[in-house]
Amino acid sequence: MSMALKAVFERDLALAYRQRSELMQPMMFFILVISLFPLGIGPNPETLQKVGPGVIWVAAILSSLLGMERLFKDDYNDGSLEQIMLSATPLPLVVLVKVLAHWLTSIVPLLLLSPLLALFLNLTEPMYWALLSTLLLGTPLLSLVGAIAVGLTLGLNRGGVLLALLLLPVFIPLLIFATAAVEAASLQLPYSAQLAIIGAMLLISLALAPFAIAYALRVSQN
Amino acid sequence: MQFESFSAFVDMGGYGFYVWLSFGVSLLALGILAFEAVRQKKVLFNAVEKEQARKVRIKASKTSATSQVKSSYSEAQASPRNEEMKQ
Amino acid sequence: MWKWLHPYAKTQNAYQLCERLLPWFVVSAFISFTLGMVWGLLFAPSDYQQGDSFRIIYIHVPSAILSMGAYSAMAISAFIGLVWQVRTAFMAMIALAPIGAVVTFIALFTGAAWGKPMWGTWWVWDARLTSELILLFLYLGVISLYASFEDKQQAGKAAGVMAIVGVVNLPIIHFSVEWWNTLHQGASITKFDKPSVAPDMLWPLLISILGLALVMAAIFIRRLQNEILRREIHRPWVQALVAEAKGK
Repeated sequence: MSMALKAVFERDLALAYRQRSELMQPMMFFILVISLFPLGIGPNPETLQKVGPGVIWVAAILSSLLGMERLFKDDYNDGSLEQIMLSATPLPLVVLVKVLAHWLTSIVPLLLLSPLLALFLNLTEPMYWALLSTLLLGTPLLSLVGAIAVGLTLGLNRGGVLLALLLLPVFIPLLIFATAAVEAASLQLPYSAQLAIIGAMLLISLALAPFAIAYALRVSQN
Repeated sequence: MQFESFSAFVDMGGYGFYVWLSFGVSLLALGILAFEAVRQKKVLFNAVEKEQARKVRIKASKTSATSQVKSSYSEAQASPRNEEMKQ
Repeated sequence: MWKWLHPYAKTQNAYQLCERLLPWFVVSAFISFTLGMVWGLLFAPSDYQQGDSFRIIYIHVPSAILSMGAYSAMAISAFIGLVWQVRTAFMAMIALAPIGAVVTFIALFTGAAWGKPMWGTWWVWDARLTSELILLFLYLGVISLYASFEDKQQAGKAAGVMAIVGVVNLPIIHFSVEWWNTLHQGASITKFDKPSVAPDMLWPLLISILGLALVMAAIFIRRLQNEILRREIHRPWVQALVAEAKGK
């Protein structure tokens, strides 16, 4: 069983590596959206610092949505998803591995870009560490919960906008807690409580989401 | 009764516009919802009725077609199908 | 109870049950809703602070409470549908969704119209209005997901999963929004949030809640019937039903 999971993981990484240009697009989008904000609201460093955490998080959510559809789409189109479903390996586990591979290939690059963006928006160093820890805890949550909606909209031809419509309201608590943590860091206050809440949400979704994703895929595959 | 006159009731102590606006829009929204629910049922019933009537017509034209086949072959071939399509 | 409930999972029986219940619900909804509105608008005392604008509470609070209630009811029927594979439950879910969305809209609109004289602006990012707004988005998500599928059986399951995801999230959203609100704004707004409710204000409020709930239930029953008819339109029992209605 672990062999099968390892094979799925390696296959997904290899596929992602071969589609590097496609992976670049959400990153470009991330940088572009964030560079628009200083142009839109003026380059005053204090204003930028104030809106910075919110802007980075909103941009991170939007760009993660862009790459999200890739998660199962190709496998669904070429039929390998059906093969995976028919195999003896439990589907929730396979799905978990696929989400992990997706997170590594399309969201970790966004995290690597975050120091640059923190510079753009004039974040202080404690704010940056808070931002990075919320991104580290929060983005897997985005992928896990997002994968449920991706599974549901798989059979639809134009699922992209619908995906955003379904997911954005669900991500609001994460946005609130994450930006609050960074804000607390900017005031030199402890922010472990916010991190703990995000961590708790991550653990709950880690336990429940794989089953929901598996069910969603079964619905789509009919 | 809290209000002395009808005009005082309409005025709502100066807040008449907001009170009547919110009650009006709420009632309108609920009314549309209820009206739509009632209308939909009629639409569905009409659709079924139409289909039943159509089935009856198809049956009738088929039986008449077979009787016509005996008398004149060419006429039967042209008429009933076309009639059905026009309707 | 299961023995008693189970036959109603069959669409035809559910339809007939609806047919029998509907008149009772329509009559009681009409009586209690009118009573609540008239009592609230005419007989309830006005608030010492807010004057007569306070009367908006008799539509705002019922719709706010019942919009959340309708969402939970929707999620419960989705859960029943997913676990026990009951088709009627999905029909109930999708019959409820637009009602819930409209009631959420009413809560938002009346909240704004109440906010204008009280706070001076139509929209304030206050905790209750914000969570109602997010709730409206959740409703619209479920409705549009259902609408995008051709195969309505698949649509029911997909929308059901989304409704359950939403209901798991709803308490978290509510809590986070409340917390966010206290973080960013002072106590200036919360002053109006919970008016001290005297008994002669409470009774009309409770009756308004009951009235709106019954109105929603009556509309729901009719919508459920429509949904059953739409999905089973080619079944013999629907054909017989229509033929019978025509004969009368």
